[in-house]
Amino acid sequence: MPIALSKFDEVRLDHVSRDFGSLNALRDVSLTIKRGEFIALLGPSGCGKSTTLNCIAGLLPVTGGSIWLDKTRVDTLKPEERGFGMVFQNYALFPHLNVRQNIGFGLKMRNTPRVEMERKIDEAVALVRLKGQEHKLPGQLSGGQQQRVAIARAIVIEPPLVLMDEPLSNLDAKLRLEMRAEIRRIHNELGATTIYVTHDQDEALSLADRIVVLRDGVIRQVGTPKELYEAPAHLDVADFMGFRNKLKGKVIANDGDGRAVIDVEGATFRGVTRQALPIGAAAFVAIRPDDLMLGEPGINALKATVETIEYRGREFVGTARSAQGADFVFRSHHSIAPGGSIHLTASDDRVLVFADQA
Amino acid sequence: MHSTSQASHHDHGPSLRQRLAARGLDAVTLLVLPAALFLVLLFIYPFAFGLVLSFEPKAGGSWLANYSRFFADPFLYETIAKTLWLSIPTTLLNLFLAVPIAFRVRLMRNQRILTAILILPITLGTVLVAEGLLNYLGPQGWLNRTLVTFGLASQPLKLLHNYWGVFISLLLTGFPFTFLLTLSYVTGIDPALEQAAATLGAGARQRFRHVYLPLLMPGFAITFCLSFVQAFSVFPSAVLLGAPAGPTRVISIAAYQAAFEEYDYSMASAIAMIMGFVQLAIVVAILASRGLFYRGPASGAKG
Repeated sequence: MPIALSKFDEVRLDHVSRDFGSLNALRDVSLTIKRGEFIALLGPSGCGKSTTLNCIAGLLPVTGGSIWLDKTRVDTLKPEERGFGMVFQNYALFPHLNVRQNIGFGLKMRNTPRVEMERKIDEAVALVRLKGQEHKLPGQLSGGQQQRVAIARAIVIEPPLVLMDEPLSNLDAKLRLEMRAEIRRIHNELGATTIYVTHDQDEALSLADRIVVLRDGVIRQVGTPKELYEAPAHLDVADFMGFRNKLKGKVIANDGDGRAVIDVEGATFRGVTRQALPIGAAAFVAIRPDDLMLGEPGINALKATVETIEYRGREFVGTARSAQGADFVFRSHHSIAPGGSIHLTASDDRVLVFADQA
Repeated sequence: MHSTSQASHHDHGPSLRQRLAARGLDAVTLLVLPAALFLVLLFIYPFAFGLVLSFEPKAGGSWLANYSRFFADPFLYETIAKTLWLSIPTTLLNLFLAVPIAFRVRLMRNQRILTAILILPITLGTVLVAEGLLNYLGPQGWLNRTLVTFGLASQPLKLLHNYWGVFISLLLTGFPFTFLLTLSYVTGIDPALEQAAATLGAGARQRFRHVYLPLLMPGFAITFCLSFVQAFSVFPSAVLLGAPAGPTRVISIAAYQAAFEEYDYSMASAIAMIMGFVQLAIVVAILASRGLFYRGPASGAKG
């Protein structure tokens, strides 16, 4: 029988809080995770994503709220009683144990019969493709191989929930892409319910079924990668989803049907909004660098001066500054000499409008 | 023609200095000299001198006469067992006490204050501790008075001028050193390893047995060796608190008496050599057993 995962329906975080003295690292976090889901906790450093993971794992006690596995309350249990598999940022492999012993550690703690233990270790080794490395010590493995051992060690105990804490952040760029695909493949093969902490939006977008964006210990938005990428609900979520150009302006028209017109430094921008924006209110226009192109004067166009221009292979990426000092990042098919005056423009449906301080 | 090609070859090859530097020998290497000189003058020369002296008995006769006298006279050879009987139990007990305390202290915030308090007995020296204990443990000392007053003992316990006086003193003077070494080994282990073990289902006892203990064994071995060597050379407390003619006649007392009561430096050197050999034998045995354990870095990540 292949590695099977415990049967359960959902993991539920019910108004979970975690304080460190007067600092609220997590505030009122509620989240339900269905069996088999791959959830990414995304946010900048210090947003509470690792705290959330450690609370779920039991490495950090919650100071408010509760965590449930179906009808069982787990936040009062010790980590060793919860049985969640965890992959640590620095892998935390036992340096004195070889690959097999590392992978078998959890099984040994459960007093698994020898034959069954060997069989499960064999399956896990095969799953993470480490055949032939089984008798090496962690110090003799490359970063990617250590990562595979850490994953195998966490899933071989067949946990209801696999927790991953920025597992790819110690790898170089190429290996990171490879291991990302590996994590996806292993998830597809096992269907393990996974909570994956990352600060990398690409990782979250490519791996997750649902993304939870955290900021200052509060959930800002939960949605599929497509929802978050196309329709971030707040300016800070948009910022995290790659809307690097944020222009402050004032609402001059709002048709109430998801379109608003904003005045930015005398230029007029028309864009999509999901918020109620009273006329005259301060608002932000958010545009991805990919969507901000050179254009002609007119609507959705702002005059700016080129500051830098970088060659990126298929295209150029430039930075520019408006007359009133707003900075832009834009895309161009050809090089422009710094100091040149340009008009930057984006199409209506690529412009998002957010209320100020929403 | 021939000479020019040779010259150009010489120009392009690495110079002698570069080749030496590649092997780790450069001007900086010279900085080792003072330390090496120090070692030769203050350790190797006296050691060699003592070794040679020990083979030149004062009374003449065979060059092994001092050694045969030592191992023929129970008053002399029994000092080895007596010293071991003091130093090994106290070192082990110190280590057993230091481990749980170190495990607690590694979680504390004000480790520095504790460290300072612990370093104090080391700096005060064994004589001061011994004198303090003479007052504290004596028949009219605080300890016995308290025990008798509260009826915990019917008569004062005899804790001085016997084995236990020296035992307690060795425990007190040896503990800070043992503890500080142990603490540094314990805090050197990546806490994520314990967390990983916990998420894999290991309880506190299993985490200690399967994760901490194997990683700490080499450190414990070093700690034991260093603490043991200190305890083995016990002298002041054995004289002041023990029974220097009886159960705490340790080997350093025998050497002292040979040198300064019999004025037989040759015999004293022989005793010192035997003392050194016993220490070395135990240290080598302990260090050799480290080979049975994992000895690499105690953290999982490569950094």
